[in-house]
Amino acid sequence: MNTALVDLLQGRPVFVNIGVRAFGESLQAAGFEVVQVDWTPPAGGDPRLAALLEDLL
Amino acid sequence: MIKKTATLRNRYLDSVFLMQVARRMAASPGIHDASALLGTDANKAVLAGMGYGALDVGPNDLVVALEGEPLAVEAVAADLEAWLAPGVPGAAPAPRTLEEALRSRAADIAVVSVPGAHAAREARAALAAGLHVFLFSSNVSLEDEVSLKLDARDRGLIVMGPDCGTAYLAGAGLGFTNAVRRGPIGLVGSTGTGMQEFACLVHRAGSGISHGIGTGGRDLCDAVAGASTLAGIDALEADPATQIIVVLSKPPGAAATAKLAERLQSCTKPVMQCLLGGKDTLDGAVARTLREVGVEVPTFLRPGVSPRVTGLRPEQRHVRGLFAGGTLCYQAQAIFGQAGLTVHSNAPLHGMPALEVPEQSVGHTFLDMGAESFVEGRPHPMIDGAQRRRRLERELGDPSVAVVLLDFILGTLSSADPVGEVLDILPKGLCVAASVCGTEGDAQGLERQVRALEGAGVRVFPTAAQAAYFCRDVALTLREGS
Repeated sequence: MNTALVDLLQGRPVFVNIGVRAFGESLQAAGFEVVQVDWTPPAGGDPRLAALLEDLL
Repeated sequence: MIKKTATLRNRYLDSVFLMQVARRMAASPGIHDASALLGTDANKAVLAGMGYGALDVGPNDLVVALEGEPLAVEAVAADLEAWLAPGVPGAAPAPRTLEEALRSRAADIAVVSVPGAHAAREARAALAAGLHVFLFSSNVSLEDEVSLKLDARDRGLIVMGPDCGTAYLAGAGLGFTNAVRRGPIGLVGSTGTGMQEFACLVHRAGSGISHGIGTGGRDLCDAVAGASTLAGIDALEADPATQIIVVLSKPPGAAATAKLAERLQSCTKPVMQCLLGGKDTLDGAVARTLREVGVEVPTFLRPGVSPRVTGLRPEQRHVRGLFAGGTLCYQAQAIFGQAGLTVHSNAPLHGMPALEVPEQSVGHTFLDMGAESFVEGRPHPMIDGAQRRRRLERELGDPSVAVVLLDFILGTLSSADPVGEVLDILPKGLCVAASVCGTEGDAQGLERQVRALEGAGVRVFPTAAQAAYFCRDVALTLREGS
């Protein structure tokens, strides 16, 4: 049983929004708490380089 | 009047935000037209078509293209950073990473909509931090999806997605959602617009949705084996507000079907399955569900006899469907398929021919305008109908077209006036059929949108399936007459 999801449905979820800013804004407008991440592509937008850097760190 | 482009190298901003920026720019004095786009190949082609020439930019570069009075264009171009600054001026800078964000506030769910190539990394980091994930991003590999969902299951979490457009969780609408009341019906769905249409019809019938758990379109393929569907069913079974569970999906794989059947047998609550792609339709499933919870099925959910179309010229042979909602495109193909009609599509139902060149319609053609080839680096057609408008103009100029079928999706994040985006090009002489997915509570207003269409002579049907039935009947009549 996925108890975390059961609990989530009974409570008032808090969100982290990574990407399209409007998704977070619509949740905020509906009264939900949202932390907006100002996301930019890591490693200048090269996913392979980003994965290599992540492994190194 | 001049045209000018300005480029910011290695600058990422999301396509929805860029569309909003472009609209603000276009509304400023002296600017006649403005675009703000990432330099993808598709966007470069759009800008070239608009007369901005061949641009030496890449997908990580941001291009602003301006047309207007020289002084106004130069002023905007000189002050791009101010135009592109997100958030409230003077506000504290937002965290740059998930880790930074979680230092300031504990959270439950990560909403991830970064470009597909980066999405799995962000989702993996969110799961590691103990968060459920709503993964809107598409272009995530099946291998990544499987590993993310296994990881989520081991941690007691759920990944809704990838390519998950809609969820309703504890009263919060994630992604594209409508203003629907809460009620006894719990949804688990691998189809975004399917969940929207279902929830809106339930609302318009007077009932409501407890929660809607999106799973992503591939969840019930055999490789993923319904990992998120099963987690969603578990949660809704334990949820005291849910009386009945509805599972909305395209036909599952064989192994996933067996797993799902086994789980449903042991479920302590009634479960309704709506398998699109065959005989099931969303409105039919809503009617069955309403009966289960003791709500009278309203008359608008009972399809009537299709009105006849008269006055077609002999060369008018084809139905062209331009869909913002992928599920509604799929459902319409199934309705045609059940009647033995062939439909070409860029997102073909099993057994239907794929459209070889998406830009060129053939016979009866149904286009999913939200498919990846149309939305790379650009907003979804539910947000910005510009691409669909251009395609509609072309279809309207094709003398072989007998009927055009359109869907309009209202709600959060959708265009402020989806009908208004095409209203001025709808011809009086051609038969246009449409459905509007939404409620009176949506900002666009269901009745307002329907009235605008009806005022333009469009035949508006209360459900997407009924609009497709009408077009099917026209197509059958055309076939008989040939």
